[in-house]
Amino acid sequence: MNEKLLVCSGLTKLFGTKQALTGVDLTVGSGKIVGLLGPNGSGKTTFLKLINGLIQPTGGSVLIDGQAPGVYTHSITSYLPDRMFLNDWMKVIDLIRFFDDFYSDFDFPKAMDMLQSLGLSSSERLKTLSKGTKEKVQLIVTMARKAKLYLLDEPIGGVDPAARDYILNTILTNYSEDSTVIISTHLIADIERVLDEIVFLKNGEMTLYDTVDNIREREGKSVDQLFREVFAC
Amino acid sequence: MGTEWKITSDRPIYLQLTEQIVQRIVSGQYPTASRLPSVRELAVEAGVNPNTMQRAFAELEREGLVTTNRTAGRIVTEDKEMIENIRGQLAAQKIEEFLEGMQLLGFTGPQAAKLLTQYAQLHPSLEEMKSEELPENKTSADKMEGAL
Repeated sequence: MNEKLLVCSGLTKLFGTKQALTGVDLTVGSGKIVGLLGPNGSGKTTFLKLINGLIQPTGGSVLIDGQAPGVYTHSITSYLPDRMFLNDWMKVIDLIRFFDDFYSDFDFPKAMDMLQSLGLSSSERLKTLSKGTKEKVQLIVTMARKAKLYLLDEPIGGVDPAARDYILNTILTNYSEDSTVIISTHLIADIERVLDEIVFLKNGEMTLYDTVDNIREREGKSVDQLFREVFAC
Repeated sequence: MGTEWKITSDRPIYLQLTEQIVQRIVSGQYPTASRLPSVRELAVEAGVNPNTMQRAFAELEREGLVTTNRTAGRIVTEDKEMIENIRGQLAAQKIEEFLEGMQLLGFTGPQAAKLLTQYAQLHPSLEEMKSEELPENKTSADKMEGAL
């Protein structure tokens, strides 16, 4: 157990004059499943990219297991970006071997197992797969690692409801006291039961950080309903 | 075999889990003094966060309905009396709800009771199912009277 797996203090990111993220203070321990919720353009992806070191903060800092994003943090962080990172010419099996080669914490049998459960063939070329199927493949290689921190940017957006259930189930079965999963999504109703804690982002600011049950207890409504009210257009 | 987990959106999830575990205990799905499935197994089964399931169990431990044994995991209490009491209270709640509903339809208590008896006679399958599932009808009926 690590009470301070992820520590963000005053984390700020400016794109030109646009405030993408403003002074986010957040400490997340291990053994949690955290939902990163907010409308489009609220800074969810920016936040995950900062944790992963893909972009540099304009102000403040982020520490993962006590270290700034770098070689060490990459070795314990498994990141699912919001866009495709697949090389079209590869076959599914090539990609899995590639990951197996690259990450020492990659669980090859587990990846093959997940492929089979989702009815995917390992010999198909990535080019020929549909958008949803590609997303499934990306998720498999992300979740097949034994990481301490999983950062999933919209993992269930493009897949069908049955696969969504399977993915949530995978996240639950994969759960360990040593690892934390941060999931950004709009599909709150689907995912709410699986979450410990939620973070609301609004225009780049963190407006709420609490457990799902505290919110339900205090508000007498689900996080999904609260979200609809807070972010009503 | 077992009942499905049902989670509604209006109340804390851990409370709903607690209630449903209690229901499984009083109905005998998790028998007295038996070993419970692990938190992780149940969390996956119910599709909920393991920490939430853990919290539900902490609640049951506090009430004494479940005890933790270091070597054997979590065990349903051996206190049959306690389980019967809770079962009686739950039955009393259900009956109150039923009577309130009947009152809204303009039936008095005795009228509602009569209708219920008639209904049960017309639907013997229901009766059979009940007596099969609830072997200790008599004791819980006594407890229920106490609770009412």
